[in-house]
Amino acid sequence: MELWFSERHTPHVKLSIRVDRQMFSVQSEFQRIDVFDSKEFGRFLTLDGYMMLTEKDEFIYHEMIVHVPMAVHPAAKRILVIGAGDGGVIRELTRYSSVDSIDMVEIDPLVVQVCREYLPKTACRLDDPRVNIHYEDGLRFIRSRENEYDLIIVDSTDPFGPGEGLFTREFYGNCYKSLKEDGIMVNQHESPFYDEDSQACQRAHKRIVESFPISRVYQAHIPTYPSGHWLFGFASKRYHPVHDLDAVRWDLLGLKTGYYTPRLHVGAFALPAYVEELLRDVEA
Amino acid sequence: MRGLTQNSAPIYEALERFRRMRVVPFDVPGHKRGRGNPELVKLFGEQCVGIDVNSMKPLDNLCHPISVIRDAEDLAAEAFGAAQAFLMVGGTTSSVQSMVLTVCKPGDKIILPRNVHRSVINALVLCGATPVYVNPDMDHRLGIALGMKTEQVEQVIRENPDAVAVLVNNPTYYGICSDLKKIVQLAHDHGMLALADEAHGTHFYFGEHLPVSAMSAGADMAAVSMHKSGGSLTQSSFLLTGPGVSSGYARQIINLTQTTSASYLLMGSLDIARRNLALRGREEFAKVVSMAEYARSEINKIGGYYAYSRELVNGGSIYDFDVTKLSVHTLDIGLAGIEVYDLLRDEYDIQIEFGDLGNILAYISIGDRRQDIERLVSALAEIRRRHQRDKAGLMSHEYIPPEVRVTPQQAFYAPKQAVPLNRARGRVCSEFVMCYPPGIPILAPGEVITDAILSYIAYAKEKGCSITGTEDPQVEYLNVLEEA
Repeated sequence: MELWFSERHTPHVKLSIRVDRQMFSVQSEFQRIDVFDSKEFGRFLTLDGYMMLTEKDEFIYHEMIVHVPMAVHPAAKRILVIGAGDGGVIRELTRYSSVDSIDMVEIDPLVVQVCREYLPKTACRLDDPRVNIHYEDGLRFIRSRENEYDLIIVDSTDPFGPGEGLFTREFYGNCYKSLKEDGIMVNQHESPFYDEDSQACQRAHKRIVESFPISRVYQAHIPTYPSGHWLFGFASKRYHPVHDLDAVRWDLLGLKTGYYTPRLHVGAFALPAYVEELLRDVEA
Repeated sequence: MRGLTQNSAPIYEALERFRRMRVVPFDVPGHKRGRGNPELVKLFGEQCVGIDVNSMKPLDNLCHPISVIRDAEDLAAEAFGAAQAFLMVGGTTSSVQSMVLTVCKPGDKIILPRNVHRSVINALVLCGATPVYVNPDMDHRLGIALGMKTEQVEQVIRENPDAVAVLVNNPTYYGICSDLKKIVQLAHDHGMLALADEAHGTHFYFGEHLPVSAMSAGADMAAVSMHKSGGSLTQSSFLLTGPGVSSGYARQIINLTQTTSASYLLMGSLDIARRNLALRGREEFAKVVSMAEYARSEINKIGGYYAYSRELVNGGSIYDFDVTKLSVHTLDIGLAGIEVYDLLRDEYDIQIEFGDLGNILAYISIGDRRQDIERLVSALAEIRRRHQRDKAGLMSHEYIPPEVRVTPQQAFYAPKQAVPLNRARGRVCSEFVMCYPPGIPILAPGEVITDAILSYIAYAKEKGCSITGTEDPQVEYLNVLEEA
């Protein structure tokens, strides 16, 4: 028997993973949620048929979206995480004893429930006493917050479907307002490679540039995402992502990581020429 | 109706049968299912161009319907509680005009509020009837014209016992309703017909706890914009008649100006939309109401904005309010409605229905999603944070009672000249001037140009309103009657 999960990365390209067995499938109010087991990537989660994470490569995404801002901000205590129902971002954040509280805003309670049951490797720290989970639309949650957070992590799905509102100017503007005067926002920024993705990436960058005085983009290699080349946005009111990196302080924390290092941190902001160009196009 | 129920969609079903027959076309349209114009297929898809066909026996003929179109009209009449329904393909403008032309002959008087859509006054240009205006009250804080008080209507009826009909907006663009039942009663008591412009009231026929619809209020005719809240394609509409109007005569009037090549895309869409509303309208509009109520409460939490609703109801000029309308007063954040309208589009990729001097209107309908409401509310919050300023110097719209010198038709066809705005004061205008949307005339043909009107036009231009109706595209000149 051969059972394959396929995701179209463009109308003409797809990625297929051989499935050992399907563990779970449900249609929530917002999306279809599936969990599969595979030999190559271990267990993986898809939403509306789009790959969210696999056990094998999720560490790359979660380390890069968390440790980059945490190594820059000297004292990130109040943190807001939007999306992130799988718990991976929370797992990385709770490794910092300096963090006082984490508000996690996830629109779909079923995603959290499914991940708690089927993806304990990422959902393992959702019960940390510092974590408050709010099942709410991210855009709505953030509307009424002002000058509250040191760090906002936007762990969204794609710019279509339930995550659409998290790629808009009104969302980034509201994030700006919710951050303290030295706050940082980090977001998953899509891929620069295929045409449609790169346009989404450009649009998101344009809107962030319009909302924040400092806006830089960094990259990571994530094998199961379209093209494997993935970007993150680093937007901030005061700190520069590279000049304000405090590598010594971060090293002293003694966190063991599989992908992130302060050396890689600096390199991740050095982008390929074509990516620099497509970002520059919307910065004017 | 040959045993048809609201589950049927006769035109849609006939189009499906027609598609399966694979009839070889040696008739118009000449694109022949798109083969002659591949770009058309690329843009609209094969499904769509394949049913862009002409009238023929199996598909009936809108000018003289005897089979599937007739059935569709009968089902629509039943769904709307009308004696007769007409499928209209020239927009609700054509419904309104056919309605007025059906009841008015040259020289007849018709009683109507001045804040009507231009299509009503256009009809008066066509037929030569004389408007007798009821000046609507204003809400001075919001700067919007309201409904007609029944006392006002009664007085105008007594002063003009020879008028043939009373026309009512049900509701206005902003969602304001007059006491339609009472006005219909008054009109009928005085031997006049009652007409309703329901361009913004399709949902009244299907939703619960909404203002009364024209047909259930006993009105004689209603123009219903199915393509607005009803979900059919743009430019499709219904004209409804009650038992007191000859439907044969109404059809003749419609045929005076209606195309003989009515689009089956439009007619099919009316048929499907009617079925949807008849079967699911109640739940659909309950959702629309709850989304609008949610948006209102969230917008009112932002501060500065005022999203208004039933609390305005005063038993007279605001007899009822259509809660599906999301109208928001913006002046208290120091921005004109039109400025918020432009910011929403230019900076947030959100297109709303219109902005006037003091208000915006976001159209909430059966196609909306909660997540999009969140975007709208958040964008409004951001606009307040980023653009809020002192409200000094902002003007709110004041209703300017018109001074009618000659009938719209006389003014339209009289010898005229173009004069620059600054020399137009005191002259009689021979054309329309309006902000579009909402398309309610500031000046209609036959009305005197006053200082108040000129400063309103200057201010609206400065704020970026799109001013239309004049022959001069720049609106620097106005056509006025030549002085005798």
